[in-house]
Amino acid sequence: MLFSKEFDPGAISGLLSRTRNAGREEIVAAAATGAPTLESAARLLAPAAGYEVETLARLAHRATVVRFGKTIGVYAPLYLSNECVCTCTYCGFSMGLPIKRHTLRIDEVVREARALARRGIRNILLVSAEHPRLVNPEYVAQCVRETKRVVPYVGLEIAAADEPDYARYVAAGCDGVVLYQETYDRAIYAEHHLAGPKKRFDWRLDAPQRASRGGARHLGIGALLGLADWRFDVLSLVTHARWLERHCWRSQINVSIPRINRAEGGYVPRRPVSDRDFVHIILFLRLALPTAGIALSTRETPALRDQLVPLGITVMSAGSSTEPGGYSRPGEAGEQFELEDQRSPATVAARLRELGYEAVFKDWEHMATARPQGAGTTSAGAGTTKFGVAAN
Amino acid sequence: MAFERQYLSPCARRARETRSIPQNGNNPNHMCAVALTDPLTVGGRAFRSRLIVGTGKFSSPEVMADALAASQTEIVTVALRRVDLDAPRDPIMAFIERERYLIMPNTSGATDAAEAVRLARLARSSGLPPFIKVEVIPDPRYLMPDPVETLRACETLVADGFTVLPYIHADPVLAKKLEETGVAAVMPLAAPIGSGRGLKMEAAIAMIIEQAGVPVVVDAGLGVPSHAAAAMEMGADAVLVNTAIATAASPARMARAFALGVEAGRAAYLAGRAPELSAASASSPLTGFLAPHGG
Repeated sequence: MLFSKEFDPGAISGLLSRTRNAGREEIVAAAATGAPTLESAARLLAPAAGYEVETLARLAHRATVVRFGKTIGVYAPLYLSNECVCTCTYCGFSMGLPIKRHTLRIDEVVREARALARRGIRNILLVSAEHPRLVNPEYVAQCVRETKRVVPYVGLEIAAADEPDYARYVAAGCDGVVLYQETYDRAIYAEHHLAGPKKRFDWRLDAPQRASRGGARHLGIGALLGLADWRFDVLSLVTHARWLERHCWRSQINVSIPRINRAEGGYVPRRPVSDRDFVHIILFLRLALPTAGIALSTRETPALRDQLVPLGITVMSAGSSTEPGGYSRPGEAGEQFELEDQRSPATVAARLRELGYEAVFKDWEHMATARPQGAGTTSAGAGTTKFGVAAN
Repeated sequence: MAFERQYLSPCARRARETRSIPQNGNNPNHMCAVALTDPLTVGGRAFRSRLIVGTGKFSSPEVMADALAASQTEIVTVALRRVDLDAPRDPIMAFIERERYLIMPNTSGATDAAEAVRLARLARSSGLPPFIKVEVIPDPRYLMPDPVETLRACETLVADGFTVLPYIHADPVLAKKLEETGVAAVMPLAAPIGSGRGLKMEAAIAMIIEQAGVPVVVDAGLGVPSHAAAAMEMGADAVLVNTAIATAASPARMARAFALGVEAGRAAYLAGRAPELSAASASSPLTGFLAPHGG
């Protein structure tokens, strides 16, 4: 059973038009149910819900604190390569753009990972543009293996792969796979993904399921806001997340809704999403998917990120660079998009503390693979242990 | 006394018979005296407090430390996955006084027996006590423990010399099987983790308590002190609370409230409750002047 075969855009649009005129009372009732049906959840997207953001925010805040506590997970992306064979209208790595291209060697990957670990990062998301020859499964598996020697959690955000390759990455130490559909509108997807393997909408749509079958414990899915109608995309995203929750029940589902940012290509979003709508979307996602993590990227401004923290966000990137090699040798390769929040992980953690939240850098331990000898930035000497004398 | 004997549950009777309870109900130090004479014994160690506190979800390590102090707990659980063995100063461990609390690492994050065993060994080799709360949870949404893998992990860890406390469904058969492997306690869930819904599994927990030869720690889902008191009144040996304390508006005050709830519930259990009747039973019988029937 594949999501691409069951996903029915007509049904999503129908649901949106049926619930468009939902009244304020219906909206508040839907928000307060705790686990709304899809129909009920769709009411939260009705324009009238815009008048109830404060009510939705209170419910979303409470739901988040109970499930995730007063904590925010912190991670950082590590860009492996900006060499790309795809032409995508909105992306700074798009083939043909005149930027300096580079694919990190393994020793450079380790240097980057160590640079991040020195800043306190314990959760690294390896990110790459799509280049089947340079960023091949062997290379990716090796990057995962080496990064895993430095930090306990490694995620992958790379081109859609097949199940055996996902299994290979998991065996190398990959804990989670992130793959955004960008938009769930097939026609608009085709208009923005002009050439290259990323054109295959269905192959991408079914990738999270393949990753789960390959053993990925965490699945990150998302929509890139600014391409299509946001109501259609976020309701489709919720449908996708719920399908995965049912069919890939062993994997934790996380969602993200990055907004298109200015990149080298100079793309201007066709359907820009305002801050007010962005907040509405986060509240909707939290109430429609009470157990899903919600990730927030450094694409958003520090001021807005601070405001969004209590509303449903559970993880955020910090101190990010979207340039391969950007942590240890910045300025040598082109970046994917411009970042609004350039604060260091320590600064972000201090700010979260002021907001009444604890920044959680480490929330994982080597599970499927043995903890490597001498892992991390420091290690206890022979005969001693971290917390005293080992009891044998 | 005859009346009490008639209505006390087998567990309450056993407790009354085996523990020396101060009989002076007016003694202001009564609670304290009960705690001293009625310790919780797990893995050969005695504890005065019957409230175990988890360390997740707090807004800061300082808030956590204050809540731990207010709870008067003596056992705290720590998710090993949160502990940074590579950091010069781990943000959680630095705030837990080692002399004051027994740190019981848990295997949160493990989805099968092999992972739980690996985490337990890592905890021990890093110098943490050999007490381990076994959590094997393959389902990230409802966080339901896997009974088969939990049993396997416990068999290995008991053989490995750990003091093992498995987190389980309120499954009486599983509890007995685990007891046979040599676990130090069983920890059935009251309701899903973090749900705060109270003793949803009451009937099954009652069966576990009634049959248990090891301490029963009611874990997960207790939302307010009255839930904890109710579990203790049933005869649970201890409760574990995390979310309800960590996400309260004032964690330290809620921790204190849970301590009182646990103490009250335990005292009530030891006192032996009056029977629950469907009809009214006057406290001053109207026919008390009559001679006993047949007397």
